[in-house]
Amino acid sequence: MHARTASTSRLPITSDSDLAWVRQHVRQAAAEVGFNLVQQTKLVTATSELARNTLVHGGGGHMEATVLREGVTRGIRLSFIDGGPGIADPELAMTDGYSTGGGLGMGLSGAKRLVAEFTLESRPGQGTTVTVTDWVSGVPSPRTGAP
Amino acid sequence: MQVAEHDTASEAAKELGAFLERRREQIAQRWADATLFRTVFTISRDEAVEACKAVVDALADVARSGRLEDVAAPGFDTVRDQLGRMAGSRAQAGFDPAHIDGEVVGLREPVAALLRAEFAEAADPDAHGPTLALAVLMGTLRLVVMNTTVHAGQELISRQRRQMLEVATPVISLWQGIVAVPLIGTLDSARSQVVMETLLDAIVDQRAAHVILDITGVPTVDSLVAQHLMKTAAAARLMGAECIISGIRPAIAQTIVQLGIDLGSILTRATLADALAHALGRQDIAVPPRPVAVGASPR
Ligand SMILES: Nc1ncnc2c1ncn2[C@@H]1O[C@H](COP(=O)(O)OP(=O)(O)OP(=O)(O)O)[C@@H](O)[C@H]1O
Ligand SMILES: [Mg+2]
Repeated sequence: MHARTASTSRLPITSDSDLAWVRQHVRQAAAEVGFNLVQQTKLVTATSELARNTLVHGGGGHMEATVLREGVTRGIRLSFIDGGPGIADPELAMTDGYSTGGGLGMGLSGAKRLVAEFTLESRPGQGTTVTVTDWVSGVPSPRTGAP
Repeated sequence: MQVAEHDTASEAAKELGAFLERRREQIAQRWADATLFRTVFTISRDEAVEACKAVVDALADVARSGRLEDVAAPGFDTVRDQLGRMAGSRAQAGFDPAHIDGEVVGLREPVAALLRAEFAEAADPDAHGPTLALAVLMGTLRLVVMNTTVHAGQELISRQRRQMLEVATPVISLWQGIVAVPLIGTLDSARSQVVMETLLDAIVDQRAAHVILDITGVPTVDSLVAQHLMKTAAAARLMGAECIISGIRPAIAQTIVQLGIDLGSILTRATLADALAHALGRQDIAVPPRPVAVGASPR
């Protein structure tokens, strides 16, 4: 892929109020890039899941958001990065309903279903990075960015 | 005390500790007249003296342990609550942290004066050791007080936030036995706890058989929010009421499904009006079907 990156912003994830801010940032970026309402909602929901994992399981970290442009297509790449305990068994963690913290265990697997591309890198003891990418869907929405 | 291998700094700290212990009474008497203590312990000067002694004891403890710069030194634990209450009551009286800090700084001079006097009598050339140790120790006390002040401030903020949450969760009585709670904004753990309590109270107070949670104003429904909704619905059921969730917008419905969350255990309706119609129907109150609104939003 030779996606030209436009700009990357970096937002801390260290508290509940940071989560709200991160969601807000992604919602706005998604609207500006041209995601329709359903796509915006999906990306923001995936963001909410992954950022909360960064905070709750990863002990805090940050998000990097990059606007992508490939030919005429535009997209967003989001990385959720922490230096926490890491995930010993990623495959297990990606299983629907698996949770070590009394959650529904739908965060990771659900987020993956909500976006186009999903990668999880984690080394036990060194932290976790989850990166998701989504592109403006084929048919441009006439109501781009409408709330 | 003249052995060279002794760490001079820790030696000075120990000496300071001994001095504080020795002069406990005098220091406490002087501090009791300082603004910080005097204005807090207004009822009785004896109480102020007692409080001062506790602080002197704590400082002596810290000095003896040699951890002059350590805000986490165990010695401070015994007075942290007390200092926090004092700083808190000064803050409530309208003084800002900088002012309170100034009052703590003011505690040093009376002690320093005693220290100077004592070493002048003994004509001790090493007097600067304990003096320096005292400066460091009082600096640490400042930090401890500052921390407790900030902490008290944070507690105040979170209390106010909680009050705001409660205000922002109105229970609307729609009909005999039917209440609705319109949720607006982010449904985090604290907020959903408040919603749950408010709702359960309403079920008891208003003998509600149906409660409607309207989430039209909730921008994101992720797995945590969904979990909160399910728990609230389950609690309502336990209280003998039926919980209906309304206002799930199409984009959110699609997202929830793809996320993999099964809201099947909860009764849902598209709009608040539909939810009300359902509840009325259950109470055998006939509701004419709604005409399809002409200008309805195409969301
Ligand atoms: N950033 C992370 N660092 C360490 N462990 C993680 C991280 N993200 C996820 N995990 C692990 O993967 C498990 C599954 O995550 P997932 O988000 O699917 O569920 P959950 O967070 O437990 O519950 P919820 O459904 O509320 O999100 C977690 O319980 C946790 O053990
Ligand atoms: Mg999660």
